[in-house]
Amino acid sequence: MDSSAQYLMLSRREDFRDILEERRTSSDLSHALKSFTRMSSRASPPCSVSTLNKTVLESQHLHYIMQEVSKDTGEPLEAIREEAAGILEEMSQNLQLGYIRFLGFILSKVFKRLFRKINVNEEGLQRLQQAMQESPVVLMPNHRSYVDFLVLSYLLFTYDLSIPVIAAGIPLMGMQLIGEILRRSGAFFIRRSIGTDKLYWAVLSEYVKTILRKDFAPVEFYVEGLRSRTLKSLPPKLGMMHMVLEPFFKGEVYDISLVPISISYDRVVEESLLAYEILGVPKPKETTMGLLKARKVMDEDYGNMHVCFGHPLSVRDLAKGKVNRKQYNLIPRDLPMKPSESIHAFANTTAHLVLRLQQDNMVLSPWSLMATILMQNLGGINLKLLTKQTVWLKWLVLDFGALVDWPVQVADSEVMSSGLSLHHSVVRCEGDQVLLAEQKPQRGAAPEEAVFRRAVAVLMCASYRNQALHVLASPAMLSVALSLAAASSRADIYNLYAFLREMFYNEFIFIPDRTGQDFEEACSLLQKCGTVQIINQNIMVTDKGLSVTSFLTAAVEPFIDAYQVIFRYICSRSVQEFTEKQFISGIRTFTLNLILTGEVKSYDVLSSETQKNALASLVRLNALTKKKREEQTYFSPNKAAIGRTADILAGKIAPQARTYSRL
Amino acid sequence: MASSGHGSGRQEAADRRLRLIAGHLHPRIAASECKAEAAESDPVRAKTVPKRRQEVMKWNGWGYSDSRFLFNKKGQAEFTGRRYRLGGLIFPSLKDWFESTFGANLQHKSPPTAALNSSAITPPNLNEPFLQDLKSMGIPHSLEAEDRVFRAHGHCLHEIFALREGRFGRLPDMVVWPNCHDDVVKIVELACQHNACLIPYGGGTSVSSALECPPDEMRSIVSLDTSQMNHILWIDEKNLTAHVEAGIVGQELERLLNESGFCTGHEPDSMEFSTLGGWVATRASGMKKNIYGNIEDLVVHIKMVTPRGVVEKSCQVPRMSTGPDIHHFIMGSEGTLGVVTEVTLKIRPLPEYQKYGSVVFPNFEQGVACLREVAKQRCAPASIRLMDNAQFQFGHALKPQVSSIFTSFLDGLKKFYITKFKGFDTHRLCVATLLFEGDREKVLQHEKQVYDIAAKFGGLAAGEDNGQRGYMLTFVIAYLRDLGMDYYVIGESFETSVPWDRVLDLCRNVKERITRECKERGVQFPPMSTCRVTQTYDAGACVYFYFAFNYRGLADPVHVYEQVEHAAREEILANGGSLSHHHGGMALHDEGSRWGTSAGIWAGARIRF
Repeated sequence: MDSSAQYLMLSRREDFRDILEERRTSSDLSHALKSFTRMSSRASPPCSVSTLNKTVLESQHLHYIMQEVSKDTGEPLEAIREEAAGILEEMSQNLQLGYIRFLGFILSKVFKRLFRKINVNEEGLQRLQQAMQESPVVLMPNHRSYVDFLVLSYLLFTYDLSIPVIAAGIPLMGMQLIGEILRRSGAFFIRRSIGTDKLYWAVLSEYVKTILRKDFAPVEFYVEGLRSRTLKSLPPKLGMMHMVLEPFFKGEVYDISLVPISISYDRVVEESLLAYEILGVPKPKETTMGLLKARKVMDEDYGNMHVCFGHPLSVRDLAKGKVNRKQYNLIPRDLPMKPSESIHAFANTTAHLVLRLQQDNMVLSPWSLMATILMQNLGGINLKLLTKQTVWLKWLVLDFGALVDWPVQVADSEVMSSGLSLHHSVVRCEGDQVLLAEQKPQRGAAPEEAVFRRAVAVLMCASYRNQALHVLASPAMLSVALSLAAASSRADIYNLYAFLREMFYNEFIFIPDRTGQDFEEACSLLQKCGTVQIINQNIMVTDKGLSVTSFLTAAVEPFIDAYQVIFRYICSRSVQEFTEKQFISGIRTFTLNLILTGEVKSYDVLSSETQKNALASLVRLNALTKKKREEQTYFSPNKAAIGRTADILAGKIAPQARTYSRL
Repeated sequence: MASSGHGSGRQEAADRRLRLIAGHLHPRIAASECKAEAAESDPVRAKTVPKRRQEVMKWNGWGYSDSRFLFNKKGQAEFTGRRYRLGGLIFPSLKDWFESTFGANLQHKSPPTAALNSSAITPPNLNEPFLQDLKSMGIPHSLEAEDRVFRAHGHCLHEIFALREGRFGRLPDMVVWPNCHDDVVKIVELACQHNACLIPYGGGTSVSSALECPPDEMRSIVSLDTSQMNHILWIDEKNLTAHVEAGIVGQELERLLNESGFCTGHEPDSMEFSTLGGWVATRASGMKKNIYGNIEDLVVHIKMVTPRGVVEKSCQVPRMSTGPDIHHFIMGSEGTLGVVTEVTLKIRPLPEYQKYGSVVFPNFEQGVACLREVAKQRCAPASIRLMDNAQFQFGHALKPQVSSIFTSFLDGLKKFYITKFKGFDTHRLCVATLLFEGDREKVLQHEKQVYDIAAKFGGLAAGEDNGQRGYMLTFVIAYLRDLGMDYYVIGESFETSVPWDRVLDLCRNVKERITRECKERGVQFPPMSTCRVTQTYDAGACVYFYFAFNYRGLADPVHVYEQVEHAAREEILANGGSLSHHHGGMALHDEGSRWGTSAGIWAGARIRF
């Protein structure tokens, strides 16, 4: 068995402890001023920030690149060197314990106001401490909220562990004062679109690699690249991933530990912004004033937050048999080198594995289960029925191996009402009916306005459904495959499953090259809860299993519908090629009309995330060709291929057969 | 002339060298039977290694029978015999170091089986026609079990471990002792004619399994012992070359040349026992290669007997460019292509002056940086070696008991200066040992240059004694392994050649890999995993690893050892090092192409010849 499979099988039973409990009973000041001893027994003492930066600027790697850039642009080397120094200055963190203490004090106050509990798995922290003693550590949390940004540093400070340096987007730096405080708390800032700026890439990668080589501090970065507006995992960005893996490949460190960290919220602080952002209303720029205005946010209750530190992954273990490190032997080790195919595949698989492990350790709130049910009853649902179905869903996801924060010794009805009241911004109760809380459009407003307001309400609810979606995704793909398949043969169903997995690859995040294993797992999950029977290479839904498969199918139906609408739209257009921008504005008008006529019920199709994912899928399936011209990306459709894809998704034709090694 | 002009300095240097390397061999020497020698007494003959080597040397361990480490009744380590300067000395701190490094205990002994039980040995599989023809030619041979056992192994851990347990694998079926080149030609012809298998045997110090008999070999295996071919046939003082028979042992070659005022300067760590032919066959490297070069730089002419005739060049010239150099096929062929019988080597006048030295560095990184700079400036002394901290501690544990209070007081003072005054951490510092050679003035100049460079990297001169003890470690390490094996500790060394920029990473990663692999395989106590940089080149360095562990509680310690060593070699390759710098390792390549090095082609060569 390869080691990624082993990591996926590690126990997921975690005990959590509320760290705010102590903060509510003892002084925040003495917590901030407590003695802090960096627990790291490994050899060399940590170097200073200035030594670190000097090492980066004087590195051979950067020297090579600067020479190259100088030759390309014709500018003197000295000028290039200054530019590099400027980039580094803009980027670099200036971690100081004093600021961590200061921030610790403030955060104690803020967290106590925002959250009822911050639950942490202490066992995970012990594993982290162990890992820190053995090799450089990379902390890889998911990113759902700005709160994520400092909560890890706060926790590590509380538990006497090395404070990480954190990759942050440059907009954060622009905030007056706050930017500087973040910098001194360990944040380093990365420009959003680096593109082909060779020098910038070189400075950044050398910076990250030097931190790891010198074991200056743990490196924290979001493998999703940015905050997920849908609260669903985003497909990983591989740039940073490559940077943190390379020191191991080149033998500069013995090993590197990747620690997946799952942060889950009962209620996300910026929830009201999310729906606007995915509907294409740009998010407000990060400013200090904006932050101060957001103070009213502080008066709200955001329930519990869970931080789960996963098992550290040894890159050495993962790379065994997958990466031949000898490929680095035949060129000077500081010479820039394009990652080989095997390296690229490894980085990609590893990033996906981390995302998957993040998902596995997410703690589901009762509310996200309710939201899943609500999404299937957008017209409103009787509270008793909602309770019954939510409890049913709880058992289902527990069967599927999820962690659920369902209070014990509390009546189900109370859990429900607590969830509903916490999310008064999303749902409201009218008598026995539970309805989406939707702002009434002004009188005389255009009908599009009403659709838009409805969409905001639905997508907000959808975000919370999305928090639980990863648990259901694979069995749901299987359920859809079962409903689409003409016959019950395992091979046919596997083909459809594999097709759907490819189709929704970016939507639900599957680990590459694990189709067979994921299929087996989905089968055994459904078999375990009595939903399907597998007899003689035939997979059949049992009578009582029908409710499960139809529920699962319904859970992902909005996405299937959305993709169908997008396929239809692309096929309906007569242009040979289009840009992403043209596509997004075009699909919006197209969909609005369809929703107005009642032809389309899915609001997910209005989400720009779904739209982009669908484009990416079509590119993956070779139904769209992506071309770059003059800094602009163009897509040209192969309409026949898109039509075929739509037909398969509608169950009209079967997908091309593929080999299945484990049949 | 050189032979008559012994300057007193030169004489002194020669004496010092001799004292260092070894004492003299046991006086009982078998009478020479070389027919060639009877005719003329001109060639200089070395003291012959006896045909029955087991009379002087251990059959199941390293070196001379009378020389060994042991823990005496008081629990102190001592070295027996009078051959070495260490003979009869007490090493007071060795026991503590040994117990704390390995978690070993003097109560837990693992002694070897006492004597060789000849009856347990399978009788030889004889090729009668071969034997008859050999007898008719009058070439000495033996079918005795003890002789066969002695030549069935090198000094790999698994070989010695098996001997200590009284286990024998496939043995040579007979031993032959050719007296000269012509004898070898005859033996090879006979072997071809009667389909016998020949394995050349020189000093028996191989650590690459090259002497192991293939267990599935159906033919009669004949061990061809070159020990009687040990003449210096001539010395050419005008061209500074010497023509020598390949069976001569290193220390004898040097002693005889020294008597004429010359030396080869080739000093591999095994030179007490290894032979000239073995050096050629394994592409050996000597400690002082910075002045004299490695074997490939020293060789001017080689005569090799192959199944298809004798291979040799028609001239003795410094360089030629007619096609690939045939010498480079021979060097490193490890006896698979033929038997090296005679070699012409470069020689040099004995150096006037020799001086040891040592430098302490605050850490290994600084030490490597210094060696790199020395290599860059091309001012490396005859030898420069950098030991890591663990090896420094090891070397310290080998300090003999000092008689005077004053010396130990001085030691304390030095330690105080380095650790307290200079702030060196005793658990991080490391030591470079140096050996300078040449005329006195130049040596002193050279010495200053090197110490100046060292100072730039935080190095402090640490005296001649430390340097000399460092080199002594090389010669006694093999004896120490036998001591370890008496107390459940097994170990071995392996080496690699690596580019400069990867030296530090390779050292760290390989040591770490060893430690972790041991833990994973159930080794109870952390292993000793240590390294030193032993040679510097323009483009890289040679790194030597020692690795040993306490095997109590393991069912199959040798298997564990081999798995860990395999992992360590894999790590070396992944970090840009080579499988070997000088030990040789065709057997390693033969494990198949899994190592993925281009040397796999040699396996093919072995089949064809």
